[in-house]
Amino acid sequence: MRLASIFRLRLRSLFSRASVERELDDELRYHLDRQVEENIAAGMSREDARRAALQSIHGFEQRKEECRDMRGLNLIDNLMRDVHFAIRQLRKNPGFTSTAILMLALGICASVAIFAFVDAALIKPLPYRNPGRLLAVFETAATCPRCNVSYLNFRDWKKNDELFSSLDVWGFNTYLLRTATGAQPALGTRVSDGFFRTLGVTPILGRDFHAGEDAPGAPRTVLLSFAAWKNRFGGSPNVLGQTVTLTDISYTIVGVLPREFQFAPRGPAEFWVPLNDHNFLGGCEKRRGCHNLFAVARLKDGVSAESALADMKSMAQQLEKQYPDSNRGFGADVVALSEVVSGDLRPILLVLLSGAGLLLLIACVNVSSLLVVRSESRRREIAVRSALGASRARITRQFVTEGLVLVAAGSVLGLALAYWTMHLLTALIPADKMGGMPFLNDLALNVHVIAFAGAVSLLAAVLFSLTPALRLSLPEMQAGLAEGGRGSAGTLWRRLGSKLVVLELATAVVLLVGAGLLDRSLYCLLHVDIGLQPDHLATLRVSLPNTNLTTEQLIPLERQIVSRIGSLPGVKSVGLSTSLPLSSWSLSTNIRVSGQPWNGERNDVPERAVSSGYLRALGAKLLRGRYFTEVEDDSAKPRVVLINDTFAKKYFPGEDPIGRQLSYENSHDRMEIVGIVEDIKEGQLDTANRATMYVPFTQDWLSSFGLVVRTSQGEQTLLPALTATLHQIDPGIATEDAATMSDVIDDSQSAYLHRSSAWLVGGFAALALVLGVVGLYGVIAYSVSQRTREVGIRMALGADRVSVYQLILKEAVWLTAAGIAIGLACSVAAGTLMRGLLFGVRAWDVPTLAAVAGVLGGAALLASYIPARRAASINPVEALRAE
Amino acid sequence: MHGWAIAQRIRQMSGSVLQVGQSALYPSLHKLEQHGWIRSEWAVSENNRRAKYYTLTKAGRKALEQEAAQWERLAAAILLIVRTV
Repeated sequence: MRLASIFRLRLRSLFSRASVERELDDELRYHLDRQVEENIAAGMSREDARRAALQSIHGFEQRKEECRDMRGLNLIDNLMRDVHFAIRQLRKNPGFTSTAILMLALGICASVAIFAFVDAALIKPLPYRNPGRLLAVFETAATCPRCNVSYLNFRDWKKNDELFSSLDVWGFNTYLLRTATGAQPALGTRVSDGFFRTLGVTPILGRDFHAGEDAPGAPRTVLLSFAAWKNRFGGSPNVLGQTVTLTDISYTIVGVLPREFQFAPRGPAEFWVPLNDHNFLGGCEKRRGCHNLFAVARLKDGVSAESALADMKSMAQQLEKQYPDSNRGFGADVVALSEVVSGDLRPILLVLLSGAGLLLLIACVNVSSLLVVRSESRRREIAVRSALGASRARITRQFVTEGLVLVAAGSVLGLALAYWTMHLLTALIPADKMGGMPFLNDLALNVHVIAFAGAVSLLAAVLFSLTPALRLSLPEMQAGLAEGGRGSAGTLWRRLGSKLVVLELATAVVLLVGAGLLDRSLYCLLHVDIGLQPDHLATLRVSLPNTNLTTEQLIPLERQIVSRIGSLPGVKSVGLSTSLPLSSWSLSTNIRVSGQPWNGERNDVPERAVSSGYLRALGAKLLRGRYFTEVEDDSAKPRVVLINDTFAKKYFPGEDPIGRQLSYENSHDRMEIVGIVEDIKEGQLDTANRATMYVPFTQDWLSSFGLVVRTSQGEQTLLPALTATLHQIDPGIATEDAATMSDVIDDSQSAYLHRSSAWLVGGFAALALVLGVVGLYGVIAYSVSQRTREVGIRMALGADRVSVYQLILKEAVWLTAAGIAIGLACSVAAGTLMRGLLFGVRAWDVPTLAAVAGVLGGAALLASYIPARRAASINPVEALRAE
Repeated sequence: MHGWAIAQRIRQMSGSVLQVGQSALYPSLHKLEQHGWIRSEWAVSENNRRAKYYTLTKAGRKALEQEAAQWERLAAAILLIVRTV
């Protein structure tokens, strides 16, 4: 009650200034009038009575001022006056003000924009119910630490586990959708019945899958993504119960998923179906040894991820004993789902955030040193004000206010720039990369980001109000007046200001080295030996309309594709493979080497089924033996296999592999090794080569495969002709990802991540270089302006221009050398911290370090040469007279 | 009671010993009001003019009692010392 009324009073004092003032005036006037009346009654004249009354209260206006003080009005008044004064001061010096605000805005913009990405990717919880309890479950094997899950193993886990409240699986699939413009591939996901309940996602229309809807033989149903519902079905509420034909099979639409639903591990799939088609991938889900799914689980309340991991491991051991043929060597691993979603981005984002932070640091230091310079030049003003009775607190408050005004302007501008930058950066992310990072769609200036910006601004505000205030704490305030502004360079300046630039230069070095290392990594990555000739090579992914083809039906179709495309003008050779280079090392198979002891260990080897012309079309290098012949495209021939160099070295060290035999697990069919090719980079550019085998296409083909075409002319122009030719063969054939091999390399995930971080850090580094050098220029120029008289005297006493140059440049060289030395030391440490992002280059890469030192040193000398020249051209007579 | 009356009352009750600084009266009143110990309202005074009337609030009465008790203790102590000497 009392607090409320006090609060009301305070508000009134603040906002109803006029009426409060009027009441104060009325109240005091009433008192005065009564006193005057009393005095007149006591016999005084009106004039005397009035004077006596005023005397009795010791002045009318003074009392009013005291009352205002008591009401706390003056505090606010002074603040407003300070703000006005600060703005006036800043406007008087537009060069200083705009530089400071711009630098600050730049620093805030960079750090806030990057933080928004960090927030969206790493901080914001996944858009599911209680997302912290969601886990991703993997099987593990020696060659793949986070391996897909086998359906039958999943069933056993689900039956036996006690720590998950639910456990579900999902798998990739691509459907062929017949549309008005021909067959189109559409992304789909096969899920177990409880998948959406595990995530805590409810359809906005229709229903979720029933329990048991994923059992073999259950009716074919499908849930639409919001985008598919809007784009393909016009957002009509009547879709429920309609059927949609996916790869020639009818599915009944039972529901629509919410607009905000996203599942980053899968990307933007349109059709979500229960996995009740167990003949998928040749009955993969009926074989325990076939791993094609991913698992998500929700932890029971009160159960830790560690105990779930231990439980999963013991279940995997149990299954290993129970089914040694298929499960030997398979363990289990459990990771937070958020780790799977954005774990890869974490190191890059943290490096970028650090880069932005360093840029902000340089900007702040730059502005601070500007403020110090300014406070030096205001020594007289301060001295006069303190002589006139302004308390130290009052003057400090004035400086603090100026700092706050600067920071406020910088922050507002910075936030606006950050908003724009965020949109620019997301627009630069290609759509296919965005699909795997749906959380970036939610990028916004949300509460987290604003709070971060607030914290940054607060820090800057504290820094900027402290810097000049520090100046005041030196016991020389009065000296400022006595000295009469005659200028030897100020003490604080000498002690602190000039040293700040060392910090700036060192930070710039760290950023430049970081950018240099990332750049070198990108270069190494793009020039890694991928075992093929990427120029004049076109690639395309093809999906055949009929997934139930027999091998006998496939052979003529394959021959037709190869010959029709091979007869296109300019085409030199054509090849087919189940997986294109630079996609992934997946599709592995467990093999045994005949004639070598086998103790039950797994030999998982990536396997590609390729047509006889494939390796030749790629431009692979045959090390020994021969390629497949066209005869071997026919599956009836004796089985043959090609291996890569790593395979030969790993399984046949010191032996000749040609003529030796391999067999699949649980099969007695032997395949004879007929040739060895140099390693082809089947996975991402930054992955290590793995032992890989190539078999004739008909031996282990899939209805969806990659096509490579070598041409003698521009491969880019060939791409439309490829799709057209395939559609001539069968309009039901779907094609996607038509691209030249050079583009595939440039746009590959690893190259993309390396390139974007190299560009962003490079941008930060360029800004840092400019800010650092401008900072140094400012320092030297100020120092010259302060030493004009000194230089004048020296020259009058006979110093020549060279010694003046030396005098000025000595300072610059010292500062630069210190900055570069400290910076290089820090860079090596920083490079070691980010070594996870480096490829083919080490943190102490001497050429990078030397180049950075050279660039920064050169720029710094140039920046200090200009003021040094000005100093050397001083006319001694004028310099002495001017002071 | 309005400010003028308060000043008069203090003078009368203290037998003109305490000429409360009329200069200190109004700032003090404003301060007490900001503390929530007194409340103010405008009303018509005995000479038919608008004046600002102050009333003690509940919190104010409590504070007054505390202050008075404190003062009595202090005064008694001083008295004791003065008598002893």
